[in-house]
Amino acid sequence: MANSSRGTLYRGQYGMWSWVAHRITGVAIFFFLLVHVLDTALVRVSPEAYNAVIATYKNPVMGLGEAGLVAAIVYHAFNGLRIILIDFWKGGTKNQKGLLWGVLALWVIVMIPFLIRHLSVVFGG
Amino acid sequence: MSTAVTENQNQDAQQPDAEGGQSIPTYDIVLQVRRYDPEFETEAHWDEWKLTMYGTDRVLDALHKVKWELDGSLSFRRSCAHGVCGSDAMRINGRNRLACKTLLKDLDLSKPITVEPIKGLPCEKDLIVDMEPFFQSYREIMPFLVNEDHTPTGERFQSQEDRERFDDTTKCILCAACTSSCPVFWTDGQYFGPAAIVNAHRFIFDSRDQAGDMRLEILNDKEGVWRCRTTFNCTEACPRGIQVTKAIAEVKKAVFASAL
Repeated sequence: MANSSRGTLYRGQYGMWSWVAHRITGVAIFFFLLVHVLDTALVRVSPEAYNAVIATYKNPVMGLGEAGLVAAIVYHAFNGLRIILIDFWKGGTKNQKGLLWGVLALWVIVMIPFLIRHLSVVFGG
Repeated sequence: MSTAVTENQNQDAQQPDAEGGQSIPTYDIVLQVRRYDPEFETEAHWDEWKLTMYGTDRVLDALHKVKWELDGSLSFRRSCAHGVCGSDAMRINGRNRLACKTLLKDLDLSKPITVEPIKGLPCEKDLIVDMEPFFQSYREIMPFLVNEDHTPTGERFQSQEDRERFDDTTKCILCAACTSSCPVFWTDGQYFGPAAIVNAHRFIFDSRDQAGDMRLEILNDKEGVWRCRTTFNCTEACPRGIQVTKAIAEVKKAVFASAL
């Protein structure tokens, strides 16, 4: 690290990395919504065009992409609630680490059944 | 004369102690410091020294050893060297710390210890940064008591509960460890930063002060409390253990409540 001409990365802890993940998932969701608004708007152009575009989504690569999208949304949603609690709940700042574990636990609880269902549809034909 | 005699006696008394198996253990460390000299280079680089230090030494002692014995051109700030003045905030092993409060034995000595200037403020030389933007924000929140009542002949009384309300934020030593640990401040130098908000908190919640609303108005700004993204870097970096993010959250709530 020190041989490089650059400085080191700031070694922040839970709070910083949860914020980095929140920002990355937020930007990812924004770009998805942009595409999503465009493809949904196609139904106004012609239902056939809409169907044709939606049909291209039905392949394993897009299926994995959808899994990633849901993972990002679920994290962003729960962590957003955590940030609201930190700002407005009296004990929020004191329990921020515990709240983050709660967010990750909820994320796992939601993702497991979703992934079982979703991936079996994507790869099950 | 008598003083000199006493000193000699003390030295004599210490001599057998140092030789008598009670000497402090030493170990070798590798210290890497990020150097920058605007007169000779355009980019910062790393310098490395191998040092033999005592078990009771701090990072500041290692920097002193380099400056006093190996390379006098190494530049850093320090005044009291005991965690009170807040001069020697720097990034030690990637985290903002006071060099005078960081014991070497608490660091991972199997790897080199890295020391860099704090982030987000312009580097002037080696570990010295320009603190002016930091103090500018501090001045803007009016860090002084505002009370238009008649000046009392004695002290302004305050209940223990009222004093307790802002006790945590009175501890600030303005070292900038919090502000320069904030990812928002790194990219947006206009942000007031944790330290300014902490010092606003100290007066906003002081029952003797009358300008709380003005400070809330100053901080209810695009670059005010709402820039805080609750990364908790500031709370983790504060050498005085101030719950910085909690103080910012309290100011947020106060701004919110005053707007209702």
